[in-house]
Amino acid sequence: MSLKRSDIENIAMLARLALSESEVPVYLESLSRIMALVGELERADTSSVEPMAHPLPGQRQRLRADAVTETDQHRLYQRNAPQTQADLYLVPRVIE
Amino acid sequence: MTGWHANTLAELSAALQAGSVSSVELTGLYLARIAQHQGALNAFISVTQEAALLEAERADARLRAGERGALIGVPIAHKDIFCTAGQKTTCGSRMLADFVSPYDATVVERLRAAGAVMLGKTNMDEFAMGSSSETSYFGPVRNPWDVARVPGGSSGGSAAAVAARLAPAATATDTGGSIRQPAALCGVTGLKPTYGRVSRFGMVAFASSLDQGGLLTVSAEDAALLLTAMAGFDERDSTSVELPVPDYTASLEEPLKGLKIGLLQEFFDQGLDREIEQRIRDALDVLRLEGATLKEVSLPNLPLSVPTYYVVAPAECSSNLARFDGVRYGYRCERPRDLLDLYQRSRGEGFGAEVKRRIMVGTYVLSAGYYDAYYLKAQRVRALISADFARAFHEVDVLIGPTTPTAAFELGAKTGDPVTMYLNDIYTIGANLAGLPAISVPCGFVQGLPVGMQIIGPHFSEPRLLNVAHRYQRESDWHRRAPPGFT
Repeated sequence: MSLKRSDIENIAMLARLALSESEVPVYLESLSRIMALVGELERADTSSVEPMAHPLPGQRQRLRADAVTETDQHRLYQRNAPQTQADLYLVPRVIE
Repeated sequence: MTGWHANTLAELSAALQAGSVSSVELTGLYLARIAQHQGALNAFISVTQEAALLEAERADARLRAGERGALIGVPIAHKDIFCTAGQKTTCGSRMLADFVSPYDATVVERLRAAGAVMLGKTNMDEFAMGSSSETSYFGPVRNPWDVARVPGGSSGGSAAAVAARLAPAATATDTGGSIRQPAALCGVTGLKPTYGRVSRFGMVAFASSLDQGGLLTVSAEDAALLLTAMAGFDERDSTSVELPVPDYTASLEEPLKGLKIGLLQEFFDQGLDREIEQRIRDALDVLRLEGATLKEVSLPNLPLSVPTYYVVAPAECSSNLARFDGVRYGYRCERPRDLLDLYQRSRGEGFGAEVKRRIMVGTYVLSAGYYDAYYLKAQRVRALISADFARAFHEVDVLIGPTTPTAAFELGAKTGDPVTMYLNDIYTIGANLAGLPAISVPCGFVQGLPVGMQIIGPHFSEPRLLNVAHRYQRESDWHRRAPPGFT
């Protein structure tokens, strides 16, 4: 399985990662090597095996009651925000 | 080694209860040691000196009032992946370099309530992705046994801090070996509990089906004391297990007579350093004298652990790290042109090279047309590996082997080739894939560098693992050795 430069650019786009010109060949090389390592999985016969869904046998995802448990702490949380105004998070204009 | 820092956490706890030392004295001593050695080791990202001394005063007041509890006044460090209210939690990343946690992680909250005093936050591979603690935005951590070498990772700061006696114990996390591998490379005890045993709430997520909080300590007894306070059900973590928490110190002394040990054949392979193998076989002789019997066990699918892990972990990482978008918290790039540019450049500039690599691998294996071939295939192989372990535990009580194929390597030796770096975790990843508890204990040295023996048990067998490790540590003193220059 060999990756192409365009594959790296496409993956970076899907992952919303800006890569510099010099980063692309580096990731092309290392991702190709990683995918070659991952290719070893083909050796395993998994035709009659169900994919594992939880690390503990018999455990299911627990659900909680559909009730409000959080209190409003937006001022505390927004102290970590890059930019806010009138208690809102600011981003560049999306709709002209 | 003289001074209070030569003691285990259990011994410090006894001294605090007896009133022969105060928490303020101990906290001051460790803060001074951190300041003295930070330049050489870079084990900490932040030191919370003022808060620590205030907490220590409160702990002393509790002790003076007659309150008793094993952890009251004991100083500890937290890996900088655990949220600590009002303090920075960076996860070793530029992305979170200025992030101040609004709340405590459950692990932090429980240890705080038990009276433990936080000294600071330890350095780590960025977002816990690495095996050498070289990918931190805050610079690499160095191994106190040889500062030209790595401490292992990702919990390298916690391991180096405990090894150099800058803290009697530290919290850590293990997704593919991030507690056990640095424990082995730094000559300390490292416990990764069963998946779901310790709450993940407030622990920055890397790969949610593998991540588990645990401990780096001097001794197994110390780990037992801390785990008793740390473990337990937490409704804020949807994969937290609803099982009672035993007193892990209660079974430490049980005799090992009749214990059936499985020797993992796949771990004694060609990649294993022969001198490390000898140290492990010497340790097994000690356990045999204690009454244990040995039996060779084979887990035929175990060699596929590394490729399985490098699908599952990056897939979950790419999903978990999608939350870092430069909008609500974390790094934001300068002058974004539009929203897409804001996302792409904030992430491109905020994440380091290894984190970006894993996000990209994860994005690729989850993308349309590849999901079945990679992600589902890996989860099927994971089921095979898990079944191998379950079969083995029908025959033996615990599995033993080396923690790592080699001792600590030099800084920069493996940074050029991610696959070579990934193979460091070849012996540790299996336990994460199957959700099993495992512990690494010091069992000797190779050319002056520590070696770790790994003990893996069935789900929720922590009492047994700590018992075996403790009995071994009663018969050996490797865990009591501190690196020259840090005694």
